[in-house]
Parts: sequence; structure tokens; C-alpha cells
Amino acid sequence: MNSAIKPGRLVLFIVICLALLAATYFVLGVADRKITRGLDIAGGLYVLLEAVETGDQEVDADAIARTIAVIRMRIDELGVAEPIIAAQGSNRIRIELPELKDVERARELIGRTARLSFVGPDGKEIVTGANLKRAVMERDPSGRIPNPYISLEFDEEGAELFAKATGEFLNQRISIVLDGEVISAPVVNSVIPDGKAIIEGNFTAEEAGNLALLLRSGALPVELRELESRLIGPTLGQRTEEISKLAAAVGLAAVCLFMLIYYRFAGLIAGVALAAYTGIVLGVLTLLPTTLTLPGIAGLILSIGMAVDANVVIFERIKEELRSGRTLISATEGGFNRAFRAILDSNVTTIIAAVVLFALASGPVRGFAVTLFVGIVSSMFTAITLTRFLLRLAMKAGILNSRHYLGVKTT
Amino acid sequence: MISFTRHSRKSYLISALLVVASIISLVFSGLNLGLDFTGGTVFHLNLGEGFTLEEVKEVIAPFEELQGAALQVVQGRDLQGRITEEGVVIKTAYIKEERREQIMEAFRERWSGLDPEDLREENVGGVISGELTYQSLLALAVAIALMILYISFRFEFKFAVATIAALLHDIIIVVGAFSVLQMEVNVPFVAAVLTVFGYSVNDSIIIIDRIRENIRHRRIEEYAAVVDLSISQSLLRAINTSLTTLLVLIAMLVGFYYFIGSFDLITFVVAIMIGVFVGTYSSIFVVSPLWLDLKRLEFRRARRRPA
Repeated sequence: MNSAIKPGRLVLFIVICLALLAATYFVLGVADRKITRGLDIAGGLYVLLEAVETGDQEVDADAIARTIAVIRMRIDELGVAEPIIAAQGSNRIRIELPELKDVERARELIGRTARLSFVGPDGKEIVTGANLKRAVMERDPSGRIPNPYISLEFDEEGAELFAKATGEFLNQRISIVLDGEVISAPVVNSVIPDGKAIIEGNFTAEEAGNLALLLRSGALPVELRELESRLIGPTLGQRTEEISKLAAAVGLAAVCLFMLIYYRFAGLIAGVALAAYTGIVLGVLTLLPTTLTLPGIAGLILSIGMAVDANVVIFERIKEELRSGRTLISATEGGFNRAFRAILDSNVTTIIAAVVLFALASGPVRGFAVTLFVGIVSSMFTAITLTRFLLRLAMKAGILNSRHYLGVKTT
Repeated sequence: MISFTRHSRKSYLISALLVVASIISLVFSGLNLGLDFTGGTVFHLNLGEGFTLEEVKEVIAPFEELQGAALQVVQGRDLQGRITEEGVVIKTAYIKEERREQIMEAFRERWSGLDPEDLREENVGGVISGELTYQSLLALAVAIALMILYISFRFEFKFAVATIAALLHDIIIVVGAFSVLQMEVNVPFVAAVLTVFGYSVNDSIIIIDRIRENIRHRRIEEYAAVVDLSISQSLLRAINTSLTTLLVLIAMLVGFYYFIGSFDLITFVVAIMIGVFVGTYSSIFVVSPLWLDLKRLEFRRARRRPA
């Protein structure tokens, strides 16, 4: 056994270890800034709506698409950054608003059908919101109309219908109906030829503004029902993230210390590999189009404890080979080779579980499956490839020259 | 060398007792199912220091749907251990949107400083909660079926039977423990059970891989010794991996329980802690003896058959 320390190789070993740690530190910093947090961490509003079949409108892909377009217009007017409005399944719409600004308003606006119609005294529909060209909240500067009101303007077809009806129902009441509710019923004083009308009522500025926005964006083609909604203030999620980072750091340090005490120099290498593992997992998760949720974070921290398993399996195997009297290099290589099959088989089963979970689950459990999958593959890579590479390098450098390096006592 | 197989009767008895106790608890006390499974509405309001539950009860008194609500005080601490946040969690059956707004309004009137940043309101309707239950059970069933296929293909069917028996044993005990403790079953719990699933099978495979390797060219009379040898060879690994996993779990438990006070993720940590103990135990005391007994049965049957 050549036990002389080779300075060049030793420097290389140290440089590579430090480079790995530095790269990990860098990647973790980037991941911290770039990784997309789920609403349960970042805060925001999540709503899952179901389209309900009504008498005159079937729920089909087209109706859902048009509904989404209308909701998008409404949310865009609120100015929420990066909203997600997507169809889920055949009759559901998922909305995620990653900001809490105006959240109460958003909730009021999202699901409202906002079907407007003008109805004559005979109960017949004169004209609907579909013929609207303009709807804005206005105030009367003269104060003749005390409350804010909504000023409407119909398109050409609507104006014609409206002119005809106002002629027919002069001095009678026309009802303005929104979602089946009469919101005002003014008496027609004169024929209105230009398609302009106002909706008066006991509105606050905000109510009138919301109503105008709803009318501008148009009615939803279908009625929507809330299946699930989560409104999450960011404080708790962010505190949980901070504490999780701390728990991860403490856990990582404890595991490294344990490995170092138990497996000596090999434990040190496992510790470097484990640090690299955290960098790889978070790096990959940052690149993938996934969001990090709280269960995902818990899974990641847990994986720090489990990721060393492959190293433990390998080191125990090497120890056995050493006890059976093999040389340092042959025992180390033999240990890796023999442990490989066990590591592969045991991890493939967990990969199967992760894939099944991904395919069948939705929402946060699905995010957890991605984390699990990335974690297992990365831990196999670091334990098998990286640890082996570092061990070989250490042996070649001559710093790992004792058959007792794993704490094996017998010769 | 310790003989694990000679004591298999005792370990079967312990396992059977735990499984039966779990099932009895599940039948009689059931699970404390959380919002995700039952549907319902949860408010988590950070009311700041110095509020009392009495005050909260006063505010919710006019709301009929909150009369049966479960109230829980939650505290958060900073790193020096000082209480920095104090709030209340209100759990109740599903409440419609208009009423929820009225309830929030009532709280805002009483605690004007109520910060929307410190707020949590979750509402799950019955349709969604039913789907989660269905999805979770389906995922479990499909994963078990695939596991049997994979282990039968890579090892042999009897290993698959023993591994899955140990797996079901582990999962029943984890779920049973949650029934006994009446801890809330939520989405993180589902994630935890599936992690225990992976951990349990992983543990079993490390040992059966050893048996597969050691068993070559051995006669049935030697199988017990081979199993004992294989378990001893894997024992340190099983203990060390459990230890490293527990180290991390303890760090999480302290963090989530002490500093955050939120129980959502504690269920995850506790479920996995139980799973790690039971999984390690079953991989040593259930999988290998069971496989050995199945093998012996097979040979006895083959011998009885006339040649």
C-alpha cells in the first residue's frame, strides 16, 4: 500500500471539495431567489369553481374557454400580477392569484355571472348586456343624482332595440335586471335614440365601480359554483419557510456530524456529497416548472436524513469487505459494486410510488411527488457517483491510506 | 450472531397485537379527519397579543353556523423564544362565501388591526374532499400493485408477499397511531404515509437483497441461518439510516411545534417518525421471518407430494 501523501493530488482533492461546497452555496442562493413558491407559502387566493349547467347553456369546452376569457378580463382590470386562470377537467376552472391586493374585490368579481337585461313591463327582454359597448362608473357633478351611478352605452343593434322599446313603453317602467335581481326600475320619460342609459341605485363608489367592471367584461356564459377556496396571508407561510430553512441547516449539520463520528473520513466525504445533494435537488427544482409547497419543503428536509442511506449501505458494505481481509482499494470498489444493486432496487420502488402519486394526485400532493422523485434520483447520483469519485481521489492522494478509515477495528 | 428467526413467533405476536389494536381504534374512535377530507371552513386569524377565547366567542356568538366550531389558540415564537404571534384557529362546517365575508367583517370590527397578511381562510366543499380520499386510496392501491410486480420480477413472488405484508403492517400502524392520538389527518399526512410507504419498502429490499445474495446454493435447512446472517449484515445500516432520519425529524418537530405552533406540518413529522420506527422494526422482524416461513411451507408441500 502506497501511503505517501501526494501534494498535487491532495490539493486537487481539497479544491474539488471546496468547489463543490461553493457551488452548492451559490445554487442554494439562486434557488432561494428564483424558485416558485406555492400559494401556501407566498400567500394569495386560490379558487376552484365548477360550471353549473343552466337551462340555456350547456357546459362544454367552448363555454369554459369563454368563461375563462371573461374572468381573465375582470382580473386583468384589477391589476393582479401573474394570475393563473385555467380549465381543470371538463367543467372546472382553477384560479390562483399570487397577491393579496384587492382580494376581497377579486372574490366578489370572479364568480359573478353578471347577466344584465332590460325588461319591459310586459316581462319581455328588450336588450341584454351582450349589446353593451361601454360601462363606466360616474358621478353627477350637479348632485342631482346623489349616489355614484353606472353609465351605459349600447352598440348599434342595442341602441336600435332600446330606442324602439323606449318609444313603446313611454311613461312606463323598464326594469334593469342583474342575475335575476331587479336593481332599478326607472320610468321612461322620453324616447332614447342614442343607446345611452344609466343605472341608478343606492351604490357606493366601489359597488358602482365593480358593477361597471362586471358589465364591461361581459356576462359569464355559464354559472359558477365554488368548490374550494383558500385565502392565505403570506406571514405564516413565510415564517414556516424561514423555520424550515433553519431546521434543514440544523438537520444537515447533525447528519454530517453523525456521519463524521461514525464513518470518520468517509463520513466527511458523505457530508460533502450530502451538501452537494441539497444543491442538486434545489437546482433541479428551480429549473423544473414546479412550485414549492409546504409539504414539499417538509419532504425536502426529510430527504436530507434519508439521502445518506445509500452512503450508509455502501460504507457498511465496504466495512464488511475490509473485515474479510481485502485491501483498501479492492474493498472500496467491491463495496460500491455490491451495494449498487440493493440501492437501485430499493430506490426504484420509491420512484414507482412517486410516479403513481404524480399521475393520480393533484395539487400539493402532486408537488410532493415531484420533490420525492427529484430527491431520490439526486441522492442515488451523489451517493454512487460523487462519493465514489471523492473516495478514489482521496485514496490516490494518499490521505486515505488506512484500512481503518471507516472505523473498522479488526485487521 | 443473534437469531432473529428463532424469535419470529414473538415478533409476529407483537405485530399482530399492534395491527389489531390499530384496527380496533380505527373502528371505534375513527380518524380525526381534517378539512381536506371532510370539507369545511377554517379561519386562522392572528389577533395579536392579549386576546382571550372569551372575546372570540363573543364575536362569533351571532353566527349560527359557528356555534359548533372548534377553537384553538396558536402561538408563534421568534428565535429567542419570545411569543410574537398569537392567533386563533376556527374550524367548522362549510360556510358560504357571503356569510364568510360577514364573519370576517365582525372580526375586523372587534380587532381593527387585523392584518390581511396574517390571515388564512380555507374552504373545501364536499366534492373536493371526496375526491382527495378517492385519489389517496387509489394511489395507494396502484402503488402496491406495481410494487408486487416489481419485486416479483426482480426477486420472487414470496419476497413481494412478505414485503407488502410488512408494508401494510406499517401503514395500518401509522394510521392506527393517528387514530389513537386523534391527530388531524390532512394532505401532509397523505404525503407522509406515501413517504413511509417508500421507506418501508426500501428497508425491506435492502434486507431481501442480502438474502437473495446469500441464499445461492443453500439448502432449505440452512435458510434460517442465511436469513439471520443477512439481517445482521443489514442491521447497522437500518439503525444508522433511522438515526439520521430521526435527527432531521427532531429538528423539524422542534421548529414547527415550538416556533410556528402550526399543526399542519407536525402531522407530517409525527407520521414519519412513527413510520421510521415501525418500518425499521418490520423490515427486521416481519419481512425475513415471513419469507422464511413461506419458503418452508412451500418445501413441506413439495415434499408431501409423491415423487
